[in-house]
Amino acid sequence: MIRRLPHVDRVGIEERAAMLGKRSIKTTAKQQGIRLAVSMLDLTTLEGADTPGKVRQLCAKAVCPAPTMPEIPSVAAICVYPALAGVARGALQGTGVRTASVATGFPSGQVGLDVKLRETEDAIAAGAEEIDMVISREAFLAGDDARVQEEIVRVKEACGDAHLKVIVETAELGSYDHVRHASMISMEAGADFVKTSTGKAATGATPGVCLVMLEAIRDYAERTGRIVGFKAAGGVSTSKAALHRLVLVKETLGDEWLTADRFRIGASSVLNDLLMQYAKTETGRYGRSEDFSKE
Amino acid sequence: MTRLSVRKTYKLWIGGAFVRSESGRYDHALGRDGAHVANLPRASRKDVRDAVAAARKAFGPWAARTAYNRGQILYRAAEALESRAAELAARSVSRDEVDAAIDVLLHYAGWTDKIHPVLGGVNPVAAPFLSFSVPEPTGIVGVVAPDEPELLGLIAEVAPALAAGNVVVAILSEKWPLGGLDLGEVLGVSDVPGGVVNLLSGRRGELAQALGAHRDLNAILDAAGDAELSAELDRLGAETIKRVRHGRPAATYDEAVADSLSRLEAVTELKTAWHPVGA
Amino acid sequence: MSVRTSIVWDYAPAPEATDHVRLRDSYGLFVGGEFRDPVDGRREPTINPATEEPLAEVAWAGPKDLEAAIEAARAAQPAWAALPGRERAKYLFRVARLIQERARELAVVESLDGGKPLRESRDVDIPLAAAHFFHYAGWADKLRYGVAGREVEPMGVVGQIVPWNFPLLMAAWKLAPALACGNAAILKPAETTPLTALLLAEICQEAELPAGVVAIVPGDGATGATLVRAPGIDKIAFTGSTGVGRDIQTALAGRDVGLTLELGGKSANIVFEDAALDQAVEGIVNGIFFNQGHVCCAGSRLLIQESVADQVVAKLWRRMGNLRVGDPLDKNTDVGAINSAEQLARIEALVAAGEEEGAVRRTVACDVPERGYWFAPTLFTDVSPAHRIAVEEIFGPVVSVLTFRTQAEAIEKANNSRYGLAAGIWTDKGAKAFEVAAALQAGVVWQNTYNHFDPTAAFGGYKESGFGREGGPAGLRPYLREKGA
Repeated sequence: MIRRLPHVDRVGIEERAAMLGKRSIKTTAKQQGIRLAVSMLDLTTLEGADTPGKVRQLCAKAVCPAPTMPEIPSVAAICVYPALAGVARGALQGTGVRTASVATGFPSGQVGLDVKLRETEDAIAAGAEEIDMVISREAFLAGDDARVQEEIVRVKEACGDAHLKVIVETAELGSYDHVRHASMISMEAGADFVKTSTGKAATGATPGVCLVMLEAIRDYAERTGRIVGFKAAGGVSTSKAALHRLVLVKETLGDEWLTADRFRIGASSVLNDLLMQYAKTETGRYGRSEDFSKE
Repeated sequence: MTRLSVRKTYKLWIGGAFVRSESGRYDHALGRDGAHVANLPRASRKDVRDAVAAARKAFGPWAARTAYNRGQILYRAAEALESRAAELAARSVSRDEVDAAIDVLLHYAGWTDKIHPVLGGVNPVAAPFLSFSVPEPTGIVGVVAPDEPELLGLIAEVAPALAAGNVVVAILSEKWPLGGLDLGEVLGVSDVPGGVVNLLSGRRGELAQALGAHRDLNAILDAAGDAELSAELDRLGAETIKRVRHGRPAATYDEAVADSLSRLEAVTELKTAWHPVGA
Repeated sequence: MSVRTSIVWDYAPAPEATDHVRLRDSYGLFVGGEFRDPVDGRREPTINPATEEPLAEVAWAGPKDLEAAIEAARAAQPAWAALPGRERAKYLFRVARLIQERARELAVVESLDGGKPLRESRDVDIPLAAAHFFHYAGWADKLRYGVAGREVEPMGVVGQIVPWNFPLLMAAWKLAPALACGNAAILKPAETTPLTALLLAEICQEAELPAGVVAIVPGDGATGATLVRAPGIDKIAFTGSTGVGRDIQTALAGRDVGLTLELGGKSANIVFEDAALDQAVEGIVNGIFFNQGHVCCAGSRLLIQESVADQVVAKLWRRMGNLRVGDPLDKNTDVGAINSAEQLARIEALVAAGEEEGAVRRTVACDVPERGYWFAPTLFTDVSPAHRIAVEEIFGPVVSVLTFRTQAEAIEKANNSRYGLAAGIWTDKGAKAFEVAAALQAGVVWQNTYNHFDPTAAFGGYKESGFGREGGPAGLRPYLREKGA
């Protein structure tokens, strides 16, 4: 496969992304936007210290983020390591909140394909309904697009009915051209979602990276008719950032993409900020972190 | 028996060719003593048109030459004038004037590769762009030369225009056209490409009017010192927003070069380019 | 997966507050450092083009008023020029700071009076106006470095006529270099947008600028024509249409009055097949819909390489559907109101001509307020280079699409215009960008961007787009005379 890189202009993309960050989201739009963002959240914990206890507490929070504000919906999914996928699935049974598991040697992806497939199968066997895989940056940066694609195809096969989100790990790709190219490869290979980052690298779902991937999704959908979703993960830690991502989706892909089956925000700490900002719109008072449980 | 001399036939210089006026008209050139020296062509409006067309054709390639090359060509023109200095001095203009004219040419030959750093540069814009401004030639410059000094006054207008990369259609001194016509013969044997300089003798009022009214002319350098004509050139120039500069005739070398940068600037456009930095 | 939400999320109205704006009911002429009643002028309302409601009454200068302004300027200029450069600089720095301090108010008034989206007046017009004063303030004591060693002196009293599309910014472009160079200035704002210039007059007072150094004399074309012909003016700087520029150049024939003209355009925006197409579409949008297309350098002639033309037009049309047209004061508005009824009529006439000549028109369907002057973003395809909409300046949110096959054809088509103000190039190939930029007859060439301005970067046209430059050291020259010349 001869690599033909697409053209993305960094200055232009960042200007546009920044401009969309200036949309003024106030009053009802802010309330609605916050509720929407919560409903699209993949509430995530990906720590070595994660335990069944911690995951169960997080699941409870995912189902009912703010007991005092019943209009706040459940989040979309809980995202954990494969070893805890079973715990999460058990805790979420019947709630509508889905269980997602990272896999394929997350976050670096530096294991053999057989291990990646085995990990995927294990996660699904444990109850994962969504798999967040990483592309092989090792292959991608070495120019081996074929291997990147082949791995995604094989993991997708292993997923069966489970939804596959493909993490391109933008921070390690080095350019927007690469981000767009990796997104296209992922979609061609069958990704249900493309996802920016693992959350473990220096940067995550920056506005520019999101915009590049959203444009790739739009162009792919227009060319093939297949809808691919988008997950912004990493660095989205404030309500303002979350609403900015919603604006990026709305004004690039359109209102029909503003649903949890097409757009997700992967984050651990943004939920409480969303709740705090929501409470502010209700009470007119600025909040404090003690008002909401951490998990 | 004394040898019968071969007389010189003066012609217009248009598009690199020495031609008679298409109108067939002619004038008498007189010497300083008032005696008839030669016949010379009286250019017509159509000659002006032909000269502008020739200039337009020559402009692109001339402007595209490197600054170094244009400098070499103007230097070569100065060399050619130097070698004909005695002849010109014997026939039309004073030796001092020829010498000054040569030095003025030389001065502007040295300007060709300095206009850019002096008038242009990088703009430190507050955004991720490499922005720079570069001088570019305006295009076809119409020169209305003063009556006196016929050669120096002409060169002081033509040389900066050429140095900046423009091409010229010049209307020579009506009173003393021979120096200008001689200059054509000098440039004709130098490396100045055909059409880059076009020289027309004739009635200034008629020719300047036709030149100023030509829509394909981009700028006018008027050194004729005729207030009525200046105003008329302004009015004509306004029709297509021409750049018009009026100046006193340069009577000395110093007067031709003291404001050289402003002379260059008058026939220069500044282009600002913005290129993104970041891939 | 099930669809969890069925709501369509849209931005709630986000109008910028106006309670901090201090507009007077009536403004006099700013002459001799104070607001005066007109002697032989009159008072006219200035209206909000988004509502057609009057905002304030403004004095228009008559001939005697202009005479008085010139007299005051002539009296003030020698002392102003004799000030040490660093002192003139301090006044200009003060003005810059005051513009920043009053930025929010100025932005609101600019949008109220002119109809432009607040996002633009807030993020572009007002900050750039302040930046221009800062830039030229710094020149005031360094003039000799700006003119490459020439011996220079101020022109004297300069008359400056600015258009209605960037009222405060154009006033800054004119006043800042003129004052830095030691001139006194008489500025005539446009008849439909005088308010921010009058606020600038207040700022001049606040900055304690010596009386007479700046006059602000609102009025219409007749006022401008009188100013141009008035004795006692040493230089005219005009920004506006090529038609009026031509009249001014004619009027000054035979007079020893300096002149610079920044006129109209029909600028080509060239999209090559190797461009980053999504960013090109953004650039096209910014090139033609910025400020409702009321921009002299608007990228109104869109030249697209045939191989990607359908793709780009499809992307553009889709993107145009996202433009938020409406209340200029709403912080989310992308396209505001047309500046005046007169301008709206002009746009409508040219668009009608485009349809009559056979070009295919597409106009974004959007709800616009009942009152006010509005024109929805419009795209013309199947445009031939001879059509009026490909030749004449529309000065509205209307883009004409033409196609080309090769680079040479693109350059030929781009240059085939009486104008030469600006151009855009969209390509990812560096060498091509430099080659095309060099070949375009345009005073400003933007690669992979459009409508970017900076006080350090010269701006001005080739051909019938005018002469003289504004911005950077080149912007000093029109306000200085070489000694002995």
